[in-house]
Amino acid sequence: MITDLIESRDLLEVKELAVDFGAAPAVRGVDLRLKRGETLGIVGESGSGKSVTALAVLGLLPGSASVRGSVRLEGRELVGLPNRELAKIRGNKIAMVFQDPLSAFTPVYRIGDQIVEALRIHQSLDRAAARKRAAELLDLVGIPEPERALDNFPHEFSGGMRQRAMIAMAIANDPDILLADEPTTALDVTIQAQVLDVLRKAQRETGAALVLVSHDLGVIAGMADRVAVMYAGRVVETAGVDELFARPRHPYTLGLIGAVPRLDTGGGPLVPIPGNPAALGDLPPGCPFAARCPLVQDRCRTAEPPLAGTDGHLAACVRADELAERRPAPSEVYPVPTVPPPAVSVPREEREQVLRVTGLTKTFPVLKGTVFKRRVGDVYAVDGVELDIRHGETLGLVGESGSGKSTTLFELLRLGRPESGRIELLGQDTAGLDRAGAHKLRADIQIVFQDPMASLDPRLPIGDVIAEPLLAQHAPRELIARRVPELLRQVGLEPAHAERYPHQFSGGQRQRISIARALAVQPRLLVLDEPVSALDVSVQAGVLNLLQQLKAELGLAYLFVSHDLSVIRHLSDRVSVMYLGRTVESGSVEAVFEQPRHPYTRALLSAVPLPDPPAERARTRVLLAGDPPSPTERQTGCRFRTRCQVYAALDADRRGRCEQQAPPLAQAAPGRDHAAACHYPEA
Amino acid sequence: MTTLITEATLPAAEAPAPGGRLRLVLSRLTAAKGVLVGGTIVLLLFLLAFGGPFITHWDYATPDYSALRQPPSGTHWFGTNGLGQDVFAQTVRGLQKSLIIGLLVALFSTVVASLVGACAGYFGGWIDRGLTFLVDLLLVFPSFLIITIISPKLKGAGWIAFVVLLAAFNWMITARVIRSMTRSLREREFVRAAQFMGVHPLRIIVRHILPNVASFLITDATVAVGGAVMSETALSYFGFGVRAPDVSLGTLLAAGTDQAPVFPWLFYFAAGLLVLFVLAINLIGDGLRDALDPTTEAARPARTSRSSK
Ligand SMILES: Nc1ncnc2c1ncn2[C@@H]1O[C@H](COP(=O)(O)OP(=O)(O)O)[C@@H](O)[C@H]1O
Ligand code: SF4
Ligand code: SF4
Ligand SMILES: [Mg+2]
Repeated sequence: MITDLIESRDLLEVKELAVDFGAAPAVRGVDLRLKRGETLGIVGESGSGKSVTALAVLGLLPGSASVRGSVRLEGRELVGLPNRELAKIRGNKIAMVFQDPLSAFTPVYRIGDQIVEALRIHQSLDRAAARKRAAELLDLVGIPEPERALDNFPHEFSGGMRQRAMIAMAIANDPDILLADEPTTALDVTIQAQVLDVLRKAQRETGAALVLVSHDLGVIAGMADRVAVMYAGRVVETAGVDELFARPRHPYTLGLIGAVPRLDTGGGPLVPIPGNPAALGDLPPGCPFAARCPLVQDRCRTAEPPLAGTDGHLAACVRADELAERRPAPSEVYPVPTVPPPAVSVPREEREQVLRVTGLTKTFPVLKGTVFKRRVGDVYAVDGVELDIRHGETLGLVGESGSGKSTTLFELLRLGRPESGRIELLGQDTAGLDRAGAHKLRADIQIVFQDPMASLDPRLPIGDVIAEPLLAQHAPRELIARRVPELLRQVGLEPAHAERYPHQFSGGQRQRISIARALAVQPRLLVLDEPVSALDVSVQAGVLNLLQQLKAELGLAYLFVSHDLSVIRHLSDRVSVMYLGRTVESGSVEAVFEQPRHPYTRALLSAVPLPDPPAERARTRVLLAGDPPSPTERQTGCRFRTRCQVYAALDADRRGRCEQQAPPLAQAAPGRDHAAACHYPEA
Repeated sequence: MTTLITEATLPAAEAPAPGGRLRLVLSRLTAAKGVLVGGTIVLLLFLLAFGGPFITHWDYATPDYSALRQPPSGTHWFGTNGLGQDVFAQTVRGLQKSLIIGLLVALFSTVVASLVGACAGYFGGWIDRGLTFLVDLLLVFPSFLIITIISPKLKGAGWIAFVVLLAAFNWMITARVIRSMTRSLREREFVRAAQFMGVHPLRIIVRHILPNVASFLITDATVAVGGAVMSETALSYFGFGVRAPDVSLGTLLAAGTDQAPVFPWLFYFAAGLLVLFVLAINLIGDGLRDALDPTTEAARPARTSRSSK
């Protein structure tokens, strides 16, 4: 935050940086400047060259890469420096925090030994002193019992803990620059909030400048002082964080801002950026964004616009001045689809029940031994889930990884007798179904998976993929021949695409194919398991819009699983929050998001970064302590107790209740659609 | 995007839906040169094997005592052997047997291996344990010994029994590999998706599992064809399997090997045809594998640009 005005010379200056892998360019002329103590956010979609830029600064690219241009650290040129010299700078002056800390630690050495080694490379410390310093570092990043943690192996840490340890190692030698490449992408929101907090703290302690690479505008908005937006291997816009979010001058930035669903606003259609991120291999002359740009003119295609502008706000667009002056909203520039009015307009109570789940549990045995398997314990993956979906509505199911979301879905889709509890699908108890009954009911519940590549058989042309559920339901040939083109068109693809194989499509298109397949048998309930989390924001927006359109048109009900609360907020009518296999809060989206009652929901909501810098700075956060406990032990009382901020503030008397009684899911008021499982709920 | 919904609700006047995977694979197959060349060679070999006996008036078994160990000539195209039998007639007869035995053994063993392996891997549980036990059992049996013991008893049943016997001891290793490949495929989401759609398990195996192990199966089957011809050769050499007066390429090679330096026509015609056959099978195998794998460059229909959505 503190920009050192006295030291006005740039700490790091990147000029015309270009990286090729063989003939294919990955970075095509990046200019960046970084002042002491400053945080620079680099944002862009996958493949835009963010990581390659960061690695090039560190000289960590593989030998197949050819690097041109200049990277100056305090005036000293780093490009072309021999590896031995670079190694001295790495860790000492510039340190890196990777996305996947597991790959950054050597799995066979203890965490402590690795930090000690990092310390002793650059400082003359004896082992004992280095070890003491390592423990201090772990303590600084908030790892409990640092002395003991030193002796752990990397795999014994959870993802959040590993990322903290990674940060501890990065700041071990008091670097001037911390490079963090997607440091929180693989983490849950509450853990992400912790890690970002640690990063801020680390930066404060060391006074280092931070380069934060992320695809998440919210994270950037909350952390950065200045932002560089990358597209197709170049910086297309750079400005101070407030300026950039409030007055973007490049259409791409404007589109990105409009494409992100937001936690603090309701669910109108998003602004999808048409098309796919540019392939760097064969860029046409002129502006690389031209193929997707709604403001494109003939002159855009002649030469690539340079990064230019005034007052530190630069944009690479021929119409940047116009945009600066006019300041349009994203939806004024990009075509936004209109969502037709919902097909179902009767009040909720009168609508047909599609799914009702009560007290669902699912336990997996923990087995030991290779030849003779012994049961040594249980994983309580699902332990009291309640769901309620009516015709034409979307229920968002939220929870952190490991909270039992996917297990719940698989239990539903099994259409069998649950371990305990009751599942009613369209009024039929699944426990009482015979084979034929279950087979018939299958047509009414269909699923769309998270990873569109993995869920489509790579050996099957997509026409056959889409026909599969119809075949399974023994639909006649003529019907299949008619349905397939119709479905393709319905999800925004062309009927002629039926002959192509899945790998010939982009991620967003593949997810559309998955949706088409699920819709083939005209289900009543569509189960969506993280359907957009593998997609870039601009593409995600298109898929979310499609889902909204289909729902309105076909009167579908959705069970929408996501860890992304903004997406849930955007798409859902009702929401159900899970923690450690239990439903802890449920109700209408407005009620839950505006007046969360369960302490966990409140922490979750406050952890979601907003893509709005002033709002993000003004928020007060509820930071949860630690990781979720292991689901292998079944605690008495409330399962959230170990991390609950409300419990922590209670006196011993009132704590007793949390410790002894598991709180039931109780309605806030009779007739109000809002329930929470907490003894001391808010309001 | 904007107009998507309105478009979709228009009544669709569609051309008939494309014919799906089968037709695509066929069109890719015919586009591959190797398959064409290999197929032509195999076809010619079959023509030779089954048409050959009609273009020569010599019988493969009846000796011509006037011509013992004669080199190739106008009367005996491939020469004669020590008994005065016509080598051309013998070679085409042997080719006939070997082609059929090789192809059938490879076919049977691959089908059995893929079904057993895929079922064991897909269903797991007691089906897996039972089938794995069977595989292990057959693997520890000395197969060569058993064939030599059983085959005399099958004299009456002829070469078909021999084929079954060879196939019966030839599928286990493949089945094991298929089983482990299936186990990992089973966890893949597209298989899960099919399960949740209510697709019948056997159909999942045929439609999703087997095509995804096809590359391995086909390579394996082409090796198996060669292997089967070799096994047949070895067994016939020791007097099991195909026995006199009937001949196969194996018996011919066995008989001709030691005389090859002096009387080359006894050996090289049979050997040449064998090599040609195995080569052609490999060409077909390679082409088939590429045609089934949509990601291979060679047989891919011109890559269409991703239209923007
Ligand atoms: N080691 C490598 N070899 C070849 N190409 C690479 C390599 N690393 C990255 N690339 C390519 O460089 C481009 C930019 O990648 P990257 O910087 O990882 O993007 P981002 O971090 O913005 O998602 C991509 O097209 C990617 O495929
Ligand atoms: S230069 Fe033209 S095509 Fe490129 S972003 Fe600006 S308006 Fe769009
Ligand atoms: S019941 Fe107690 S421990 Fe559980 S969430 Fe409520 S206050 Fe926290
Ligand atoms: Mg990256």
